[in-house]
Amino acid sequence: MRIVGKTSQYVVMTLFAVAFLAPLVWMISASLRPEAKVLSSPPKFLPTDTQWSNYGEVFDLIPVFLWNSVKLAAFNVVGILIVASMAGYAFARLRFAGRDIAFMVLLATSIIPGIAYLIPQYIVFQHIGWVDTQYPLWVPKVLTPVFATFLMRQSFLTIPNELEDAGKIDGASTFGIYWRIMLPQTKPALAAIGVFTFLESWNDLFGPLIYITSENLQTLPVALAQFQGEYFTKISLLMAGATISVVPVIAVFLFAQRYFIQGITMTGMKG
Amino acid sequence: MSMATITITRDTSDTVNTADVRRARRKQNLTGWLFISPIVVGVVAFQFFPILVSIVASLTDWNGISPPKFVGLKNFSEMFTDDPLFLQTFKNTVYFTLASIPLTIGIGLVLALLCARPIRGVAFFRTAYFAPYVTNVVAIGFVWFWFFQPDNGVINGLLSQLGITGPQWLSSSSWAMPAVIMVSVWQGIGYPMIILLAGLQGLPNEFFESAKIDGAGAWQRLRFITLPLLTPHFLFLLITQFISSFQVFGLIYVMTKGGPGHATSVYIYNIYQNAFSYGKVGYASAMAWILFVVIAAVTFLQWKLQKRWVFYS
Repeated sequence: MRIVGKTSQYVVMTLFAVAFLAPLVWMISASLRPEAKVLSSPPKFLPTDTQWSNYGEVFDLIPVFLWNSVKLAAFNVVGILIVASMAGYAFARLRFAGRDIAFMVLLATSIIPGIAYLIPQYIVFQHIGWVDTQYPLWVPKVLTPVFATFLMRQSFLTIPNELEDAGKIDGASTFGIYWRIMLPQTKPALAAIGVFTFLESWNDLFGPLIYITSENLQTLPVALAQFQGEYFTKISLLMAGATISVVPVIAVFLFAQRYFIQGITMTGMKG
Repeated sequence: MSMATITITRDTSDTVNTADVRRARRKQNLTGWLFISPIVVGVVAFQFFPILVSIVASLTDWNGISPPKFVGLKNFSEMFTDDPLFLQTFKNTVYFTLASIPLTIGIGLVLALLCARPIRGVAFFRTAYFAPYVTNVVAIGFVWFWFFQPDNGVINGLLSQLGITGPQWLSSSSWAMPAVIMVSVWQGIGYPMIILLAGLQGLPNEFFESAKIDGAGAWQRLRFITLPLLTPHFLFLLITQFISSFQVFGLIYVMTKGGPGHATSVYIYNIYQNAFSYGKVGYASAMAWILFVVIAAVTFLQWKLQKRWVFYS
């Protein structure tokens, strides 16, 4: 792709990087400003008049929201990894009647968009008293990881038979073989699914928005949106809250970028 | 293997043995189904059953609480004949989709081409372009909401430095949608960039070598080798981007709440309001099914039309 020279390539790439990062940098510097200086003319992107007290104020408000986000992300990640890896293992390595039909039916459900479930799920949860609880934000997700099951099956299929056979000779149970011998071999797939699930759970807007009405059950991003006039009365506070809601995601992303990109390309390249 | 087992059991014709085999097989079946039971229960309870509810609900006048009243296909006919908001939100969604898809994929391609060259610091740039994609939509919506403030916002502040008086953005019925599209594209570019980058890195080198020897310039190599080889990736992106753009909700909810007027009210936002603000659960279910039909039809069409332009080497 030598359309442009190296210098001009750096110039173009830097301009794009500025365009992509400037709003995020502005968010952080706005969170550190006194309220009166948040919107200045001409606009400033780098921190000025830095004051940390905004974070002090925000930390009085958000611990419960932050905890809800962390808790739900943990439930979703652990639950989906267990359910999807068990099903993926069975579909890849076990023989049982109806296996292939069950797998086909499962895959077929993925063509129905989430929106078709959304309203009826709400009605069902209303009838069993789950509205305004956190169950709808993890139970249905943990029990329907169709795509993750597909990825786990692919991953289990690539493991050589010898490992499994060795386990059988040693007299390990099927569950023992799955848990102690096979599962550790699928770490890259588990990591990719885990990172995706974390991001999806953390960034979910629609679920918490429709199901949660009690303040103390709300997740951090959605609490910012719902209570902006009530608690987060100043722009600088909102930006401090927004920054805190973004930091864990960016941290996970930087830490696990390799798995994340692997996950995206795994999903993309099959078609 | 299985042939041998069968012969042995037949030859000895030992009833205890066949019973053993049967028991072993039953145990195998039980184990298999135990492993998949969580997801099977989940899919039946949280997908199949709600879908049945949804089909029935779409044929009723129902607020979700009091007993539903069967109305046949009235919900569907009402949408097309008696609900101007349905048609407007549909048009808004088409506008949003048609503008954001080419921009997202186009700029994503440019960034992928830039990042495909092994230069120092490329990992930093790739991460920077991708950062908005993993950032939650509430934070992004807030930042851009303040950026677009007409009087003291960042965008108009920058424009006035250039001597341009910026528009009213989110409070203007003609500029609100372009503003939302801009943010959506800014946030969404990371995805096509990663897909196309993976595609570029998987291209066979020989084509480029022989083209170079034949004297093809960089532009010609891009036009006649790279782009045709990437068409399967473009098809994948067109299909997935259509599905997600047509269901846009988060940015609209945070930035405009569908306003001003209904200028940025999109299909899902309309469903959301009907179901959760107005309590028209039956009507909203019918709308969800129309959306499903539209998405399925367009996806099918894209799949069928691929023969005309997608190149498989």
